[in-house]
Amino acid sequence: MTSVAEKVVIVGAGPAGIRAAEMLVSAGIKPVIIDEGIRAGGQIYRRPPDGFIRSPRELYGTEAEKAVALHTLFDRMVADEQVEYYPQSSVLACANRTLHALTPSGRREFGYNRLILATGATDRLAPVSGWQSPGVYSLGATQIALKAQGVALGRKIVLAGSGPLLTLVATQLLKAGAEIAAVLDTSSMATQMTGLPGMLARPGLVLRGLLMRAKLGRLYHAGVRSLGIYADEQGPVRIRWRNAWGAERVTDCDMVGIGWHLRAETQLAGLAGCQFDYDADWAQWLPRTDRMGRAAEGVYLAGEGLRILGADGAEVAGRLAAHACLYDMRLPVPDSSADLRRMARYERFARGMARAFPWPAEMVRKTSDDTVVCRCEGITAGQLRDGVDYGGAEANRVKSLARVGMGRCQGRYCQLAGAELIADRAGISVCEAGRLREQAPVRPAPIGAWVRDA
Amino acid sequence: MKPHPRTGRIVRLSETARPRVHFHLDGSPCEALAGDTVLTAILSCADNLRQSEFGPERRAGFCLMGACQDCWVWQADGGRLRACSTLVTDGMRLLTEAPGGWPL
Ligand code: FES
Repeated sequence: MTSVAEKVVIVGAGPAGIRAAEMLVSAGIKPVIIDEGIRAGGQIYRRPPDGFIRSPRELYGTEAEKAVALHTLFDRMVADEQVEYYPQSSVLACANRTLHALTPSGRREFGYNRLILATGATDRLAPVSGWQSPGVYSLGATQIALKAQGVALGRKIVLAGSGPLLTLVATQLLKAGAEIAAVLDTSSMATQMTGLPGMLARPGLVLRGLLMRAKLGRLYHAGVRSLGIYADEQGPVRIRWRNAWGAERVTDCDMVGIGWHLRAETQLAGLAGCQFDYDADWAQWLPRTDRMGRAAEGVYLAGEGLRILGADGAEVAGRLAAHACLYDMRLPVPDSSADLRRMARYERFARGMARAFPWPAEMVRKTSDDTVVCRCEGITAGQLRDGVDYGGAEANRVKSLARVGMGRCQGRYCQLAGAELIADRAGISVCEAGRLREQAPVRPAPIGAWVRDA
Repeated sequence: MKPHPRTGRIVRLSETARPRVHFHLDGSPCEALAGDTVLTAILSCADNLRQSEFGPERRAGFCLMGACQDCWVWQADGGRLRACSTLVTDGMRLLTEAPGGWPL
């Protein structure tokens, strides 16, 4: 059998990437794993650098055992040389079955026969007036600062947005001793109830969420509207908002964390030739795969870069993708029907969650003309609307006219809001406004890395 | 050159027994802890990381996971680094603005 000589590359060493690697290793394959982190674990199970001493229980709470199991497994595979591991390395481009990456020792190419992308997710952001100020961060960033560095990013914190991370980060910060001034959820109580039937697929998680919510007490407000951050040179000084009954409120703060659930990180999937469909529950374009995660010839997707199912779902998806990969290599595979059933349950839960804490479409449509939509280049909603009027209602056209999506984050934080604004202006659906085409490099490539090697 | 305020944006909530690391920010001596990212190190003695190229405001990073590219700072030798995903090391000479003569 020649298939073992095939080269399998995994991008991402979070829960999905680690479980995929485990299954490949047990089939006698030595995969290459490329990860951007300083240490493997991904975002949710992110590990602090060496020298930090908080216990896993303090870092990961009820999920400590799962986090430790993944970290131990990964470290063992690296120590036993069962995987070829490239940490702190970013894949910038993917063409002709070759990944172009930037590693700490310079540029490097990785050829592959099969590619498993476990690239995870980033915060899904909606533009809020003033969000370009220093001291406004994503909710994910707020959590990373606490978990991986033991710090709060401000002295008086307001968290705003919607989704599981909002409540989680708030309770973690409170527990660590940070001062929180308010937790502002744009989802109303009534909307949250609509997600409940689906969420009951995992009743334990619902209960845990409610207990966390209870700990926030009067800091938590549902159904919040009209957010606006006021900042001076140093950063935020207050946030203005309307409560569920429409009354205006002002909360003093020096740091704001915002985020509306997550957005699948799909840039490499796009470059690798995957197709996408607009998913109304998650309000974003997600790659098209079969139920194992097969996306294109020799390309498999797993974890939150495919579906936003949380860390447990990512572990299962990692196994399924590796399973598909082995099967296609004509290698023996274990039975995966239990994993497929698990996935179905996680997906019911996650869709319920997505409905309970939705993308704030109405709020985005009302974004004032002077609000920055693209943080990278300071492009406003007004400029984007002008782009639609001149160039027509298509995301890639508006991008070339108004530059929204052209900045260095490559549209990660403005693409969904941009599509919403285009759709609103042109009276079409978000789906019709279209999706930005991926462009390599998917991370900025310092020109020096190429010059040095030339 | 404006002196940096003594206390920065971040509040250390735990893990403060780590060894100290010394670096320079815009020429002034600063202190951080081993294991701090460059972002944490700078923001423990300043409010922000850099000037935005496209707007009047300063910037202090946004995603902390290498995705937004809002946190690139300069080193005195002209090199640049992504502050959220690089650990600070003893003797680093960091700049919040491009060193003289460097094109942006
Ligand atoms: S803060 Fe986003 S890349 Fe560093």
